[in-house]
Amino acid sequence: MTPAELAGQAASLAHKAAALAQNAAGFAAEQAVVHTNHPPLIYLFAIFVMAVFVGYYVIWSVTPALHSPLLAVTNAISSVIIVGAMLATGLPGNLTAHTFGFVAVTLAGVNIIGGFLVTQRMLGMFKKKAK
Amino acid sequence: MNSTTDPGITIAYLVSAVLFILALRGLSHPETARRGNLLGMAGMAIAILATLDHPGMLLGGAAVIILGIAIGGAVGAIVARRVNMTALPQLVAAFHSLVGLAAVFVAASALNAPQSFGIGTPGHLRLESLIEMSVGLAIGSVTFTGAVIAFAKLQALMSGSPIIFRGQHKLNLGIGILILALVVMFVISGGSQTLFWVIAALSLAIGVLLIIPIGGADMPVVISMLNSYSGWAAAGIGFTIGNVALIVTGALVGSSGAILSYIMCKGMNRSIINVLLGGFGTDSGAAALVGATGDKSVKSGSAEDAAFIMSNASKVIVVPGYGMAVAQAQHAVREMAELLKEEGVEVKYAIHPVAGRMPGHMNVLLAEAQVPYDEVFELETINNEFSTTDVVYVIGANDVTNPAAKTNPASPIYGMPILEVDKAKTVLFVKRSMASGYAGVDNELFFRDNTMMLFGDAKKMTEEIVQALSK
Repeated sequence: MTPAELAGQAASLAHKAAALAQNAAGFAAEQAVVHTNHPPLIYLFAIFVMAVFVGYYVIWSVTPALHSPLLAVTNAISSVIIVGAMLATGLPGNLTAHTFGFVAVTLAGVNIIGGFLVTQRMLGMFKKKAK
Repeated sequence: MNSTTDPGITIAYLVSAVLFILALRGLSHPETARRGNLLGMAGMAIAILATLDHPGMLLGGAAVIILGIAIGGAVGAIVARRVNMTALPQLVAAFHSLVGLAAVFVAASALNAPQSFGIGTPGHLRLESLIEMSVGLAIGSVTFTGAVIAFAKLQALMSGSPIIFRGQHKLNLGIGILILALVVMFVISGGSQTLFWVIAALSLAIGVLLIIPIGGADMPVVISMLNSYSGWAAAGIGFTIGNVALIVTGALVGSSGAILSYIMCKGMNRSIINVLLGGFGTDSGAAALVGATGDKSVKSGSAEDAAFIMSNASKVIVVPGYGMAVAQAQHAVREMAELLKEEGVEVKYAIHPVAGRMPGHMNVLLAEAQVPYDEVFELETINNEFSTTDVVYVIGANDVTNPAAKTNPASPIYGMPILEVDKAKTVLFVKRSMASGYAGVDNELFFRDNTMMLFGDAKKMTEEIVQALSK
């Protein structure tokens, strides 16, 4: 085996090793994405349960006279689902995901602007007795 | 990259969630409500800006997002500005449907590009993400079609009367079980596209089937319930993509809708199950009619009579119902009240919780007609005032004043809290004809000696009274 051949073999081995390492790194990264970047379910669930309680007490304190604006404004804020739609549209993905995301962004856009404006319009009409 | 790895973005979402809570808190009083709404807008702006600044956000993607918001926002702005206040219930239903549909599309997108949300790769999604996604998908779909049907009923695109067929509830139950089974298969499959869309289709069908048997006057419950659903759908998507703002908001909206549903059901003394099974307001009143009819006579009067009686009273309470909304009579009612006040008559308004087609419907209409909100009272507050009231002016309401709810255990509305207008000295009842109300029950108030029926259109009659008063 000539030194040149040996060097050639070594080079190709090194190349393979590098490729393997890259693969491994890619795999590890994928695993990391799958398992560490998403907050643990129990943590999200704890927040959810707390928020249900906050909702319970806050909603009972809403005056019945403003139940219509309450419906309209809860509608507007539930359109914060636009955050998910935006990520689906704007992050690297594929055309299908981007299209669905864009449609969702537009639908949520109607709700956000429409919901807050109609709430504001309703609330603007509630006036006290002129003294 | 996922949002939760960046503390800046997570904090922004948390701030949004807190601002949303403050927006709802503001609604405890009309004085603070407008500021609350502004805080809600700020919260939304923060959430959107933070997401635009998300690591990995493509420039082109951001442009497309802004385009989407601009298109949607323009539509929303036009609709919000133009909508007639009497059409609010259907507008809210339409908005609910959009939240549901958006949830479906976000779920579909997450299924196609799960790596964007850090929940796996296409066809190999995390187990819990698949469960959460199914919840968001199913509830979102039900919300969408349910709200579309509610919209159609409110907009009179379809009949408001219940649509009932044999085996309806068994069919619903069967489809429900099928959806559950498919969700299990979907989760096991690691995210099958086919199963995803089959679940969506069945859930869309359930949305229709759930709402068609519910009658028009039960719409306050339906709207509240769909409000609740849209919240739970949002929360489901929030879990899927691990977003705190979405989870908190979904929980807030979900409990809001649930509480409103509860209040509406209590206002009718019916269980939510009873409302959901539907069929109310068809022929259930037949039995109660027996004995109520017969050769009883009613006293009817003219607008001049009504004007005379009211101007000589010292206290008048107006009881508005859905009929006032239909006739758009709220402005005429306010004019009438103004003239009476000039004559030194004390005028108040009494609102039943389920008056109208959505919670708080009457309050908004009266506010639109510039009735000060401190003249408008809820049932519990004003009910003991009727005994010291000279005249009650009932306009477009019927069942909510029916004493049978307290006296006749056979009546379908027995146990329902009513406005005790029968305790007042005189009751003026504006009504088009002697037809019974939504519950199909005869109202014995019509036949009492101290009741005077004012037959005619609610708006026309009130305007005639206004004319008579200003003479």
